[in-house]
Amino acid sequence: MSENPTTATHHSAPGTAGSAAGLAAAASSSPGAAILLEEVTKRYPGQPKPAVGGLTLEIPAGSVVMFVGPSGCGKTTTLKMINRLIEPTEGRIVINGEDVTTMDPDQLRRKIGYVIQAGGLFPHMSVAGNIAVVPKMLGWDKARIARRVDELLELVSLDPDTYRDRYPKELSGGQQQRVGVARALAADPPVLLMDEPFGAVDPITRQRLQDELLNIQAELGTTIVCVTHDFDEAMKLGDWIAVFDEGAQLVQYDSPERILAQPANEFVEGFIGSGAGLKQLSLSRVRDASLRQPVLGYVGELASDVLSQLQGAGSNHAVILDRRRRPIQWLTKRQLSRMQLITDQVDPELPVVGENATLNDALDEMLVATSGHAIVTGARGVFLGVIDIEVVTQAITDARSAAQESGAPVGLNSGAVPAVAVAAMDAQNDDAVPLDDGPVAPGAGRGPAGGEGPASERGERGEGGTR
Amino acid sequence: MWNFVSERWDQILFAAYQHLSLVVQCLLLATVLAVLIAVLTVRIPWLAGLANSVSAIGLTIPSFALIGLMISPLGFGPLPSVVVVTFFATLPILRNALVGLGGVPAETIEAARGLGMSRLRTLATVELPMAWPVIMSGIRISGQMVMGVAAVAAYVLGPGLGSFIFNGLARLGGANALNSVLVGVIGVVILALILDLALVGLSRLTIRRGIRV
Repeated sequence: MSENPTTATHHSAPGTAGSAAGLAAAASSSPGAAILLEEVTKRYPGQPKPAVGGLTLEIPAGSVVMFVGPSGCGKTTTLKMINRLIEPTEGRIVINGEDVTTMDPDQLRRKIGYVIQAGGLFPHMSVAGNIAVVPKMLGWDKARIARRVDELLELVSLDPDTYRDRYPKELSGGQQQRVGVARALAADPPVLLMDEPFGAVDPITRQRLQDELLNIQAELGTTIVCVTHDFDEAMKLGDWIAVFDEGAQLVQYDSPERILAQPANEFVEGFIGSGAGLKQLSLSRVRDASLRQPVLGYVGELASDVLSQLQGAGSNHAVILDRRRRPIQWLTKRQLSRMQLITDQVDPELPVVGENATLNDALDEMLVATSGHAIVTGARGVFLGVIDIEVVTQAITDARSAAQESGAPVGLNSGAVPAVAVAAMDAQNDDAVPLDDGPVAPGAGRGPAGGEGPASERGERGEGGTR
Repeated sequence: MWNFVSERWDQILFAAYQHLSLVVQCLLLATVLAVLIAVLTVRIPWLAGLANSVSAIGLTIPSFALIGLMISPLGFGPLPSVVVVTFFATLPILRNALVGLGGVPAETIEAARGLGMSRLRTLATVELPMAWPVIMSGIRISGQMVMGVAAVAAYVLGPGLGSFIFNGLARLGGANALNSVLVGVIGVVILALILDLALVGLSRLTIRRGIRV
């Protein structure tokens, strides 16, 4: 396990996930772990239908997989079986080539991050105490734990000096959720499970938390499995989306682009909701749009200097950055002319989007701020540029190009399930179970050999190529 | 009155000390017992219900009757006093412990389990600390209540200020009888105030800042 999460890990090639041996060997160096659910079934006594029936699902290493479906469809049950908060009745779960269905559940859970709605923080422990829970159980020494707590607070964009000693009740919902994520990541787990993590926060906070999660995931390369009932959230966060119906029947398991373009059946169509065309907006990321570099000002600088720069550039606004290059204000010429030195005052209304935000988010942010521009930030809230509304509208037009084709990871239920895309076992390769796209999109997808396909796709996305 | 007190100052002080000591020790024992019973029953609805009923019915038993009944199996002296005082002290604490432990949100417990805490560790580091403010208020109620119950101990020749009350009542109308009763009663009230103050201080020390109200 890496002690230093600040080292950005570009996982353009997170290792081939082909064989179990390869996975085990890669476990120490590769940040994310591949997860394989094999014929997993959960039955509750006294209930005729299983809550989860014979589910086989492949979750490629380092990818973000979203479970969506109506409430009570078994998606949460499936998630909780991965860390065995719910014990499967039948079947195996393999993480990084290791069968985890027989190992000590407490040991297993210490290696799997777990985030629930509103963070599930312990109210009687400080922020630092909450984050230190798992490291303490793993027997780390005090200095190492303290270092790690600060690192993680930085990672989730909370100032360690301000927040370390606060208690959960002194934090806003969004901040609690951030601490929840930090706590889950404390021991650098290769897998992060999230159960409706952003359900309890307001839309703008949710959007920022989603952006940050994507930044963190890009930085750490953790495999994330996330349950949501919000299809837009699934499209934004997911590399792969698994759409479930009752009894955890997998209706479609594919990339957001392809689910949008070729929903497997009416159920999925219904889930996508109306305005599927407009949802293309949710697939284009801010980082793929062209950003403008505005005039910058820094805290403590002379206002007159910035003003003259503005005049030189023929621009009206200057973005003010703090000492960590995070945007804090957006000042007009008039505001600048009235001040001497630039203060470190933070404007809470500032329209900010993360680079991983969708154009939809950027548009939302602009509308809320009644501004034609939004500031774009990268990892840890560092300033990247400004996106203008014209760019968004142009990008919408460009984004209408056809979704790229790629092989999806394997996901199916055993037995004849009419709603599920028909799965055909490939006799030539016992490791790979290719997914046929079924009647709606015949022959559209070729199954990857145990995850290689999605891994390479992830890489392309991670490097910000235009899609 | 003043003469009565000053002549017997040592005797009063010793009885008060014994009274307080009896109550504090029984309170400790009761806390351990009550929390233990609550922990064992709280997740099993019918057992928790049973424990609640027992604690409600138990409180209706007259302490004087109960201590009288204890004479035949346990004899005279401190033992029956300890049993009766502990019995009454346990009930309010048990009730509050059930409420406190039952009030820990299921999601919080699940989060703890999800982080890899064992059942025991979850109990010790999450459930008990979170339930502690409620348990602590149960201990305070108990402390007040059994301070009075402990006076009955004198009936079985147990320790404490009860002897002043019983002696006085037995020869009411005689010399110093009223004084004796008053010393017992006022002594118990003062002790109860001192104990409650100490328990408030203990609450401040033991309730974590994040859940202090």
